[in-house]
Amino acid sequence: MKKRNWYLTLGFILTGIIASFIVMGFIWTPYDPNAIMAGPKFSPPSFEHIMGTDNFGRDIFSRVLQGAGSTALIALCTVLIGALIGIAVGALTGYFGGIVDEALMRFNDALTAFPSILVALVIVGVMGGGKYNVILALGIVFIPSFARVTRTAFASLRDVNYVKSVRLMGAKPARIICLHILPNTISVLLPAITIGFNNAVLAEASMSYLGIGIKPPDASLGYMLSEAQGMLSIAPWYAIWTGGVIVIMIFAVGLIGEGLQHCGRESM
Amino acid sequence: MTENELVLKVQNVSCGYRKGGVFSRGEVQEILHDVSFDVRRGEIMGLVGESGTGKSTLAKVILGILKPDSGEVTHYSHGPQMIFQDPFSSLNPAFTVKRIMEEPLKIQGIRDKQERKNQVMEMLRLVELPEECLEARPNELSGGQRQRVSIAVALIQKPKFVIADEPVSALDVTIQAQILKLLKKLRKELDLSFLFISHDLNVVYQLCDRVIVMKDGQIVEQGDVEQVYDRPQHEYTKQLLAAVV
Repeated sequence: MKKRNWYLTLGFILTGIIASFIVMGFIWTPYDPNAIMAGPKFSPPSFEHIMGTDNFGRDIFSRVLQGAGSTALIALCTVLIGALIGIAVGALTGYFGGIVDEALMRFNDALTAFPSILVALVIVGVMGGGKYNVILALGIVFIPSFARVTRTAFASLRDVNYVKSVRLMGAKPARIICLHILPNTISVLLPAITIGFNNAVLAEASMSYLGIGIKPPDASLGYMLSEAQGMLSIAPWYAIWTGGVIVIMIFAVGLIGEGLQHCGRESM
Repeated sequence: MTENELVLKVQNVSCGYRKGGVFSRGEVQEILHDVSFDVRRGEIMGLVGESGTGKSTLAKVILGILKPDSGEVTHYSHGPQMIFQDPFSSLNPAFTVKRIMEEPLKIQGIRDKQERKNQVMEMLRLVELPEECLEARPNELSGGQRQRVSIAVALIQKPKFVIADEPVSALDVTIQAQILKLLKKLRKELDLSFLFISHDLNVVYQLCDRVIVMKDGQIVEQGDVEQVYDRPQHEYTKQLLAAVV
């Protein structure tokens, strides 16, 4: 009898709920998220505005929907870039080892020595802000961590007997890497990806909070949080809702990550 | 002895590792010293010695994974294969048995699905595994079954010469006997030759025709099993045999 993986179940349910809200936000929001004076200024949560309104009378619920959407999208693209390049680099260096491995990993060390936000700031500073540059900058910042995790996994598997045996059969390195080693690193990579996603959400939020992420009037959770800070005493619900959504989002995906790690441990 | 009766000839092979890292001078530690022997067609050659005497290094040299510093390895058949000691790490845990067995055929470039299936089924019959195993993953099989699968994987590539590196030492005694019986049967049916590496003198006595005794990277004695076991010449062989009750 297999024990139920509650982390995974709960994580998927929560993520599912959030995802459906986000998808809904792309198609329909109760008010135009950027419409000024959709209601009275600073109105507390009510039936017309479930999350209240901000200093321009914009509907916070609509803005949170849209903001969560763009935050999730940026985080997803960031992780995608970081994971794809990181896994490719890690797989090659981990499998082949040698000088290239040493060089790339020392470069990696150098990159990780800087706080990631700082590196992203530099990249955005050089290339300019905006959604796509933020994605690119954060994506680059996320490469090293994926490369490292993948490299470790590949290095530990490259001399395992079943890999040796396939090598004896005359398989090409590409086949060994993609078909024989990669599937066995999934239990390490999937949790890394979920953790990466959470870090990306936080990184996007911090960058927008610092005012270098998404450009107003578009909403993103981090940017909204920085707006909310100014009106904490007048409209505390603004900060609570936005912050809460970030927390729930991270919690949900974090649960999935935790659940996957448990799965990995059991199948070992 | 004419050459077409041999499957493998190892002549004066020496092999060493360079000790130390990038900055040290690199003193060479010799693992194998002047090793020479041959394996005849259809025979099972035993290779015994304590752990650390270079048995596995010799296997690597024969397979071409390591280059010998001097000496020569000559194969008289194509593609030698290897059966590994630990059946728990020699099968990819992510694949089903069917996929594991098909993989060498795919690598050989056999595109026809039916042809692959036929060969897999034939091999499955030879190693006496039930058909149900095909859809199982390695962790659902017993140690003995796993070792049968790894034998099947090695043999599906139709080698004439197979190195078996302690293939039964991770198994229970009863399972050991079954696997040994299977190897004997397969040798006859498929005209195979083996180099059977083991530290278990009893197993070697049961299975092998000739035996090589190694110590510290050198061959101290070789000959027919009966001769070596009954009238050991070298002091080390005597000690080894005395240790087996």
